[in-house]
Amino acid sequence: MKSATSTVARVATVVVPAVFLSLFFVFPAATVVATGLGADGIGALGDLAGSSRQRNILWFTVWQAAISTALTVLVAFPAASLVARLPERRRRLVRAMVTVPFVLPTVVVAGAFEGLFQRLGLDSGTIRLRHTVWAILLAHVFFNYAVVVRTVGSFWAGLDSRLEDQARVLGATRWRTFREVTLPRLRPAVWSASAIVFLFSFTSFGIVLILGGPHRATLETEIYRYAVTRTNLTTAAALATVQLVAVSAMVVMTTRLERRRGVVTRSPRRPAGTIPGRWIAANVTVAAVLLAAPIATLLERSLANNGGYGFDHYRALGHRVRQLPAPATTALWNSLVFAVVATAIAVLIGGLASLVVVHGRHGLARIFDLGLTLPLGTSAVTIGFGILIALDQPPVDLRTSWWIIPIAHALVGTAFVVRTMVPVLRSIDPHLREAAAVLGAPPGRVRREIDLPIGLRGLVVGAGFAFAVSLGEFGATSFLPRRPENLTAPIALFRLLSTPGDLLRGQAMALAVVLMVMVASAVLLIESFRGGSEGSL
Amino acid sequence: MKLRLLALVIASTLVAAACGSDDTASIDGTTITVLTHDSFAVSDSVLAEFTAQTGVVVELLSSGDAGTMVSHAIVTSGNPLGDVMFGIDNTFLQRGLDADLFEPYTATGLGTVVPGLDLDPDHRVTPIDFGDVCVNYWVDAAPDFTATTLEDLTNPILADQLVVESPEASSPGLAFLLATIAGTDDWEQYWEDLVANGVSVTSGWEDAYYGEFIAGGGDRSYVVSYASSPAAEVIFADPPVDAAPTRVLLDSCFRQIEFAGIMRGTESPQAAQAFIDFMLTPTFQEDIPGNMFVFPAVVDTVLPPEFVEFAQLSDNPHILDPAEIEANRNEWVDRWVEIVHG
Repeated sequence: MKSATSTVARVATVVVPAVFLSLFFVFPAATVVATGLGADGIGALGDLAGSSRQRNILWFTVWQAAISTALTVLVAFPAASLVARLPERRRRLVRAMVTVPFVLPTVVVAGAFEGLFQRLGLDSGTIRLRHTVWAILLAHVFFNYAVVVRTVGSFWAGLDSRLEDQARVLGATRWRTFREVTLPRLRPAVWSASAIVFLFSFTSFGIVLILGGPHRATLETEIYRYAVTRTNLTTAAALATVQLVAVSAMVVMTTRLERRRGVVTRSPRRPAGTIPGRWIAANVTVAAVLLAAPIATLLERSLANNGGYGFDHYRALGHRVRQLPAPATTALWNSLVFAVVATAIAVLIGGLASLVVVHGRHGLARIFDLGLTLPLGTSAVTIGFGILIALDQPPVDLRTSWWIIPIAHALVGTAFVVRTMVPVLRSIDPHLREAAAVLGAPPGRVRREIDLPIGLRGLVVGAGFAFAVSLGEFGATSFLPRRPENLTAPIALFRLLSTPGDLLRGQAMALAVVLMVMVASAVLLIESFRGGSEGSL
Repeated sequence: MKLRLLALVIASTLVAAACGSDDTASIDGTTITVLTHDSFAVSDSVLAEFTAQTGVVVELLSSGDAGTMVSHAIVTSGNPLGDVMFGIDNTFLQRGLDADLFEPYTATGLGTVVPGLDLDPDHRVTPIDFGDVCVNYWVDAAPDFTATTLEDLTNPILADQLVVESPEASSPGLAFLLATIAGTDDWEQYWEDLVANGVSVTSGWEDAYYGEFIAGGGDRSYVVSYASSPAAEVIFADPPVDAAPTRVLLDSCFRQIEFAGIMRGTESPQAAQAFIDFMLTPTFQEDIPGNMFVFPAVVDTVLPPEFVEFAQLSDNPHILDPAEIEANRNEWVDRWVEIVHG
């Protein structure tokens, strides 16, 4: 009986994520690729390969993503170390605060940065940021800072410090201990975070167009241009195929680098390995200014009204303006519901899939690892068109369903859960599991009492990301057909900014501030779920 | 003989009555889906009135902008997402017609529409509203010299004063490019002159209007926006103002007409036809300007007071044939990219 249930559980662990992935990603994306590889598609692919413009775009897409990733890791690494050192409660607060950029609209952040550049005199002259690649890189660091701080910081907090202690006792300097003992063990988390940042930068859309300027193109903006502006669907599908191949190669590479066993056993009282405090302080100050500038601008604009300051724009959120099909408060509620559902799906699918990636059979593990990360690097157009073309017949005519929005959000959220959870699960000392098994614990119990509490650390970090990503998601939601009453907050915000008038702009800013507060408190709440688990081993 | 005639009259009356009631009975209780873009807005009471009149429930389905909506319709052609499309404009119209998206229908109120708006002789689409994309300027900031023609924008007095959106990424950007193609003798030379005069290009309207135009704290006094933007500046002013801070350069306007059409493959053609008719009635037409900041297509529709006072329409807007736009658009845009971005 018991083995029967455990067989069911084992099968479900594989089948549930597999069905989700096949139905909502593989099948739709494959349908788009099939168009790209169809009779005309091969020709279109050939044309792409022969076009120097397209080769340049591919190259630019890759290198800007690579540099963005390197910069983000460099800038955020000291902050991750700080987060690892903080007492649990404050660590949770910082981890929640850094997710705020995820819900900030690109237009607003761009405006705030440009205000900052002007004040610093960087908007013209020899050092010009506006419409340069530097502006893109800076924005990518801004938006992805949280990925490194949260992923690496949380992993770091779980590293056992005894190895470092031994190194120091044996006479190694602090720097050498860090370089040779701590850093190698952090590598899985660093690669994991890098993979996420790379894919985000690889597919970023608004940042490239707004901050980089209209003549800047990446694969993502090209796919949109061909699919929507030109309605040249064959070329769009061919470009989407190129993007999928490039992203797959990238994911295979980083997951290989990530697949190194660090050793984490129990929750240490103090974290392993540290960077000198002064360096951290300087770095974190710079980062704080960078992160705080757009937020301060937003706050100021949301309060400025009628020539003075007040909360009128916040009060106005409850009344429907003509530009919106519903009041902004309804949009906030919808966004909250979508985010909760998307997070629940991402936690379920991502949690199960992570177990398969770490403990499953080799081939299956690889496929899950790749397949569940790919949506992060796939164009919203590919997913959107894929769903429209592929899921158009009963029983799964989802094209106009309410579910299509949380499912699209959950595809990205699942990738986050897998990428944050897998390195944590891998880092569990195999001796610990073996010891438990030798002492007679059945596999289910090993999973429940060892994998689960430690894995939960990664799971809540991933869940926080899934929530933040869903709450702030604009591109895919805007692209998918939906009922106007299902208006989300980012779409309402964009609509408010699409008609002139300070009242509408003020209301948009107030809406953005409410979103920031919502994401920070929700992530705080989600992460409090693991409060007890760290001490339980 | 007389009796037979009477019987015939009675029979035909019955048949007619039966058909008549059958007609309403067949659409009463149906639900239709109207596909639209995110700028679409209509008062709930207006849709409720349509339901009260016909028994047809209207559900809306919106996605992105007009371009997104049309591309969705093309990939789902034959198995459409809805029964009626609203909001395909004259810059995208030919693309929709070429893809055979619509079923012809001559709307009941078509005769009341402003002359020149009904662009499809086969009546596959019906004009519902229109508006102009025009250069706006900030009244107080404009230098002593105020532009009155497109050519004036190339005058060195207005150097570094104009910001436009890219036609590759933005619908007002494309409309302005089309205005220059229709409104200047040599549009390529015109754009070279604009570049020489320091025109700035952004990806979208928000970035131009709120990023570089004076309204959002920028330093440029001319921006490509809408003819209705000055009215919005008054309606949504904070603190309230008596006069619009912006005005429209009437020589720079491109006319955008929005159409509605019945989707080929719909299962409720009659209900869809009833909705197209309804969109040309005063109830719907009078609701348009306050919600969408465009002008109703039907002649003599009552306008909201702010519209009468502050919204301007060009008497001689620039316009191009949809077929000509579709045939040349990619080439024009490519040429524009070469000129502007080198």
